[in-house]
Amino acid sequence: MEFFVISLLNGVSYGLLLFMLSSGLTLIFSMMGVLNFAHAAFYMLGAYIAYSLGLKLGFFPALFLAPLVVGVLGAMVERYGLRTVHRYGHVAELLFTFGLAYLVEEIVKVIWGLTAVPYRVPAVLDGPLFTVYSTEFPKLRGFMMLVALLMLLAVYLLIKRTRIGLVIQAALTHPHMAEALGHNVPRVFMLVFGGGTALAGLAGVIGGVAFVTDPSMAPSLGPIIFVVAVVGGMGSLAGAFLASLLIGIIQSFAIGLNWSLSGFLSVLGIAVNAHTPLYSVWKMQLSEVAPMLPYLLLVLMLIFRPKGLLGTRAD
Amino acid sequence: MAGIPSKLRYRPLNLARWLIWGLTALVMAVLPQIFTQGFAITLMSQMGVAIVFALSYNMLLGQSGMLSFGHAVYSGLGAYVAVHVLNLAGSGQIWMPVSLLPLVGGLGGAFFGVLFGYVTTKRAGTTFAMITLGIGVLVATCATMFRDFFGGEGGISTDRVIGKPFLGITYGPGVQVYYLIAIWCLVSMALMYAWSHTPLGRIANAVRDNPERAEFIGYNTQRVRWFTLIISAFFAGIAGGLSTINFEIVTAENVGALHSAYVLIATFIGGVGFFFGPIIGAIVFTFFVVALSGYTNAWQFYLGLFFVLMVMYAPGGIASLVMMQVQLIARKRFKRIAPHYLAAGASSLVLLAALILTVEMTYQLSENSANGTLINLFGVHFDAAKALPWAVAIGLWIIGAVFFHLARKRVARVWGEIQTELLQARA
Amino acid sequence: MNARALELKAVSKSFGNTPIIRGVDLAIPQGERHALIGPNGAGKSTLFNLISGRFPLSEGEILLNGESITGLKPFEINRKGLSRSFQITNIFQRMSVFENLRCAVLWSLGYKYSFWHQLSKLKDANRSAEEVMESIGLKGRRDTPAGVLSYAEQRALEIGITIAGGAEVILLDEPTAGMSRTETADAVDLIRKVSKGKTLVMVEHDMGVVFDLADRISVLVYGEVIASDKPENIRGNKAVQEAYLGAEAEAEAD
Repeated sequence: MEFFVISLLNGVSYGLLLFMLSSGLTLIFSMMGVLNFAHAAFYMLGAYIAYSLGLKLGFFPALFLAPLVVGVLGAMVERYGLRTVHRYGHVAELLFTFGLAYLVEEIVKVIWGLTAVPYRVPAVLDGPLFTVYSTEFPKLRGFMMLVALLMLLAVYLLIKRTRIGLVIQAALTHPHMAEALGHNVPRVFMLVFGGGTALAGLAGVIGGVAFVTDPSMAPSLGPIIFVVAVVGGMGSLAGAFLASLLIGIIQSFAIGLNWSLSGFLSVLGIAVNAHTPLYSVWKMQLSEVAPMLPYLLLVLMLIFRPKGLLGTRAD
Repeated sequence: MAGIPSKLRYRPLNLARWLIWGLTALVMAVLPQIFTQGFAITLMSQMGVAIVFALSYNMLLGQSGMLSFGHAVYSGLGAYVAVHVLNLAGSGQIWMPVSLLPLVGGLGGAFFGVLFGYVTTKRAGTTFAMITLGIGVLVATCATMFRDFFGGEGGISTDRVIGKPFLGITYGPGVQVYYLIAIWCLVSMALMYAWSHTPLGRIANAVRDNPERAEFIGYNTQRVRWFTLIISAFFAGIAGGLSTINFEIVTAENVGALHSAYVLIATFIGGVGFFFGPIIGAIVFTFFVVALSGYTNAWQFYLGLFFVLMVMYAPGGIASLVMMQVQLIARKRFKRIAPHYLAAGASSLVLLAALILTVEMTYQLSENSANGTLINLFGVHFDAAKALPWAVAIGLWIIGAVFFHLARKRVARVWGEIQTELLQARA
Repeated sequence: MNARALELKAVSKSFGNTPIIRGVDLAIPQGERHALIGPNGAGKSTLFNLISGRFPLSEGEILLNGESITGLKPFEINRKGLSRSFQITNIFQRMSVFENLRCAVLWSLGYKYSFWHQLSKLKDANRSAEEVMESIGLKGRRDTPAGVLSYAEQRALEIGITIAGGAEVILLDEPTAGMSRTETADAVDLIRKVSKGKTLVMVEHDMGVVFDLADRISVLVYGEVIASDKPENIRGNKAVQEAYLGAEAEAEAD
């Protein structure tokens, strides 16, 4: 029971972090048709910039400033980079963001070095929030969930309740019409791209302190948010939310379980030992396989339901 | 046109073709006699492998419009199959001459092409790219788990000197490995070139340009892409097999995201629109990686920047830039624009100097700060922590930017003038 | 009675809650030249898309030579002998005219997914492509990339690709759209020539073309066929005149 509750909490908090990241990705994709390969790179930048700012200003001011810096960088990338490439088509845009991801990773290595930086949890967030049975649930995780939910609320309100949100919704499906009506759609694109990357940066500020801040942050998290995007259905925010939670929970549970196929078979009365062919497959534990699960889900989803859970937009 | 018998019409083309292939073979045969040092031979061997890999990748990207982020899966798995077969042959359990090992790699790659390709080619475009990424990560993760096949951390090593020497060839010396690679490279190049002139190859082009129209002329576009991928994976597997022979070790990196990224970058830099583009890209890329990594630790940054700039300003790659100049030379207009190219080139060199200075200093201050802040750049010693080098860098940036901007405008203007003239001359 | 080349039974299509095609019945005998006319938004292109498998049907059935093709994919329908052209020119821009046509004949000649034949040595494919190229009048533009052809030349190529595979049932979607008088006249001659002995279904707005070529005309209004008859009867049909032709029919008739 304890395991269940803790895994669920961990899964939900991790899932919300994934959603912070994938929501920006989905927004950018829905609006501009561009799959921002460099999204995880902006996440990483958020962590590093928050670390450097935090050294001078403290954790919480950095928490607010870092995403803004990342957002501005994102807007500039859109204005001067993506816009140039836009006329060459989707493949070129994807290649550009791919190259950008690679480049940002290298820039981070050049500026901050190859090893992890000591981005520490501030004292006020250190320690347990509450205790479930005998396991502590850290304040930091709780804070992560809080930030994610607040962010979700803010984005929802922005899109559904403000004028700029209305324009964004219109430009989402009919950019040319919105432009014909006099709205500065290129500027809206720049804002959305900047906003999406700022969200990624915010996720980075939290993620960087909860996990390790090093140059491998981006390449390890990057593919997972694409899995979220595809599994949830390209272009669907609700789908991304569902898929994020699903993947977060699956991974959290899997990491803690020692189930293996051989264990399952022995329950059925079939004994497996070292002489059985492919023994290494049978005795593999779920906890070992956990990193692979999101990608298995991706492949299965693509075979049986290519649209994703709640997909609306096709290729 | 109608009265000329078809044999006569094709003859000039055939002669040129034989000449080009013959020349290529000759160059490949003669190179190690000119550059005899060990590291040169190794470099050329690596280039040969890279050429096969990049050409196989362009079957997908340039010829069929399929952007894959996980092509190393096929070359890497092909390499693994090859290394296991080689080990079995080395211990006498099966017969497999080393010369034929790349074929084993190819078959291994093709097998996984059938398997994974079925899933990946269910979708096209961006979704296809994402699936290839997912499968790439899946396979790379498997590599850490299935130790029997993948060998865990240390990978699987092997020995290419097995069995009795054949006509004195043991594949011990590097130059013998080079010639093996060169032969396989030449054969693969020829086969892949021939493929692009077959029905499947041409329909793959059609699917790339207009998948909807291709359906309406009777083709199942999914099948076309699947079959193309299988053949591409076959050649990627050959590259993998060659790599096994060359390095005598296969690790999880061979199936990893970095190798997939590298072949993408190399092919794109070379140019996806021409058959010889990836060949240029493979050669340039290998040279970049091997040579540059000896000089600076930030070489991957330079590579990334080069790639991004190419995507933005020269998406046709080096091949397209070359062909554009060839067009000018053929029409005798090159001399006019050459001085402007020189001006742009000189100012971009200034910008390059500014970039190198900035990057190397930053790198020294951050990563190597344990070793102090002194650096040695092109033989000039200075302290990266002082203000003067930074002032120099800023100065170079400004001068370079200003002159480059001017030179670029001039090049664009003269180019436009020339193109207008050419169009009018044709009309 | 002629065998029915193409038959539509109670075909309906809705996009979401919006019905576009509401129960269309159509029977086109073999060898007939059939024109489909109607005001803009009537659903003519949608009907074509339904027949050629580009969109799935909401209801109803479509039969080709007596065999149901409902729910088949476009390439399957094409392999059964139905070929279509597009309103917005849909060719292979980067390939030459000759290559475009050669691609169009490959499947029907049985080369399928072959990667062991060299294209230059395929005598039948090359000859077929040359013949089609000659008949559409683009022989002088053999090696020109399709993307740089003039508009009328591209429309001719579009028709060429459609008929090259030797399909027995040909669907042409506004083949003369955007053409001048002389270009239209050439196009009409071309269509007449290539549809000899085949079944032709044509969507057209140019009434001159319609009355020139068609054996029978169907009039589609708001997703329903309100009349399907010989040209002279359509001309005199009051309902059609009201719904669509109006005063133009009088002018064309003169």
